[in-house]
Amino acid sequence: MMPPHIVLRVVSKLLIPFIVVFGFYVHFHGDYSPGGGFQAGVILAAAVILYALIFGVDAAKKAVPPSWVRIGMALGGLIYAGTGIVTLLMGGDFLDYDVLHPDLSHKSGQHIGIMCVELGVLTTVTCVMLAIFYAFAGRTPDISDEDW
Amino acid sequence: MIEASFLPAALSDHAPVLLVLVPMVLAAIVAAQPSGRFGWLAALIGVVSTLILALDIYGQMQASGAPVAYAIGGWQPPYGIEFRIDGLNIALLLLLGVMGTLALIFALPSVADEIAKSKQSLFYAAFLICFTGLVGVSTTGDAFNLFVFLEISSIPTYALIAMGAQKDRRALTASFNYLVLGTIGATFFVIGVGFLYMSTGTLNMADIARLLVEQNDNRVVQVAFGFILVGLALKAALFPLHMWLPNGYAYAPNFVTTFLASTATKVAFYALIRFTFDIFDPTASFVTGLLTWVITPLAVMAMVISSAQAIFQVNVRRILAYSSVAQVGYMMLGFGIASLAGVSAGMLHLLNHALMKGALFVALGAFSYAYGVRRIDDFKGLGQLMPGVSAAFTIGGLSLIGVPFTVGFVSKFYLVSAALERGWWWAVALIVFSSVLAVFYVYRILINIWVNPAPVHEPAIKVRRVPMMILIPLWILALANLVFGVQTDLLVGLAQDAARAALDGGMGL
Repeated sequence: MMPPHIVLRVVSKLLIPFIVVFGFYVHFHGDYSPGGGFQAGVILAAAVILYALIFGVDAAKKAVPPSWVRIGMALGGLIYAGTGIVTLLMGGDFLDYDVLHPDLSHKSGQHIGIMCVELGVLTTVTCVMLAIFYAFAGRTPDISDEDW
Repeated sequence: MIEASFLPAALSDHAPVLLVLVPMVLAAIVAAQPSGRFGWLAALIGVVSTLILALDIYGQMQASGAPVAYAIGGWQPPYGIEFRIDGLNIALLLLLGVMGTLALIFALPSVADEIAKSKQSLFYAAFLICFTGLVGVSTTGDAFNLFVFLEISSIPTYALIAMGAQKDRRALTASFNYLVLGTIGATFFVIGVGFLYMSTGTLNMADIARLLVEQNDNRVVQVAFGFILVGLALKAALFPLHMWLPNGYAYAPNFVTTFLASTATKVAFYALIRFTFDIFDPTASFVTGLLTWVITPLAVMAMVISSAQAIFQVNVRRILAYSSVAQVGYMMLGFGIASLAGVSAGMLHLLNHALMKGALFVALGAFSYAYGVRRIDDFKGLGQLMPGVSAAFTIGGLSLIGVPFTVGFVSKFYLVSAALERGWWWAVALIVFSSVLAVFYVYRILINIWVNPAPVHEPAIKVRRVPMMILIPLWILALANLVFGVQTDLLVGLAQDAARAALDGGMGL
């Protein structure tokens, strides 16, 4: 017997890599054009959610385990705050990116700094989106329909 | 108290940002790992570090006589976000540090009792995020940043209240109710900030204040004040915007109620004072008009109506919750009087109320730990069974009424003299009347504890010994109610510095 939803499965398998690449494009081009960690995080999460919609939540949970998601949520915040702590340790103010790189005329430190904090935003947003999705999708009703 | 900075310069230079940073980083670490005990330890480190840093900042301010400011990312205000601590918010930061520490000592046994083991680490992470938000609100000098921190503190609060569902499912509706109302309050606030941005083009508080002086006739500014007032009054639970509070306090876990009752509404009250006196022009007619004709009548209604409502409650925690609404009324009355004496009486009552309600809610936590009691009828005979905890509860209750030699008397005394200074005899009469109502609701609890005999159970119900981790913070708070009722200098000094900083600008030291 043919597996169900064959068209949906084939098309989404083709699409998901491109969605992920587009997500990273939005992230890394956020310096120069609209975009950044938040938008990219939502796009990345959308790729996993599409996978879950087509192949089932269990398959998605196997691909991106909920325990990773929980750690990722916290990790993103730590990356962001950690960038600030690094600038503190290098002798600047909190989140003062200029100290990250000696080349002040090209503002290289600002580029490095913003990329680091956006990476933190990306991680947290992706993981929070997935955590919310898993929480709703994995919910079993307290009372089964027959008990009403 | 402390005359100069005592931390090494590397720490004390960055103290304003570390205040917020330390609990935030710890929250992320706690959320990523499963152990509840580690979570508790990290939370304790977070609040104690806040207390130490706040003391250091207090020392810096005493030494220099100037506010402590910090520009995030090296972006100078008004372009960047500025953290700015003066005489007004240092009082709040010290309060948060002290009450957070005491509540957390009490948390270890209480949370182990009430929250499932698998959820404890996330519970402490949520607490730390809430604490970060409250500290942030009391640190920032940027109007929009204040909104962000207000939301950071509110969202985990909804989750923390909902955790009471393990003992009582009504916590879920209480939490949802708070979520809806709290979000409405935050929205009103941010609309007001948006209007301010529209008419001044800046978000830095000091910069807004500078530009607003010439704009008192601007209708947009006047509407902004209305929105901000409503939004923050909802967060501070000013009558009749207090509907989220009684159920939230009654069904949340004991630790959460203790912490929120002594900090959360206070921080919103601080923001209200900051906006009214430091950002808007307090001499403008729309500000004085709203304070006299809207805030003051509502404050008086809170004092009388909520105290009367408290008399008829069955659940003891609801009695104290309605009493909290009434106490917010006292603070708001001081705010509505709008003189130096009035605002400092309001700030003093803010600090004192945290001590009273802290002691009372920790005592309720102890009763609930030992017997699981919540209804007033179940309090019969507790005086014989748990004399120590009952005595501490009694001290808190007497302080709530305002008996001499307790902190409650001190703040009511200052409030009465502030009202007299303004010639508001009717307000004095209503303060006394509301105190009489407080006598009734406290009497109802105390008579059950001390006079009515305990019901006889066959076989006797099992009782758990109350651990030292509950008794220590309980007695610190209860004794603080007595000590600061006699040694009034410290708290009155803090409150007067705060009021001077708010009304006269500068440091108020």
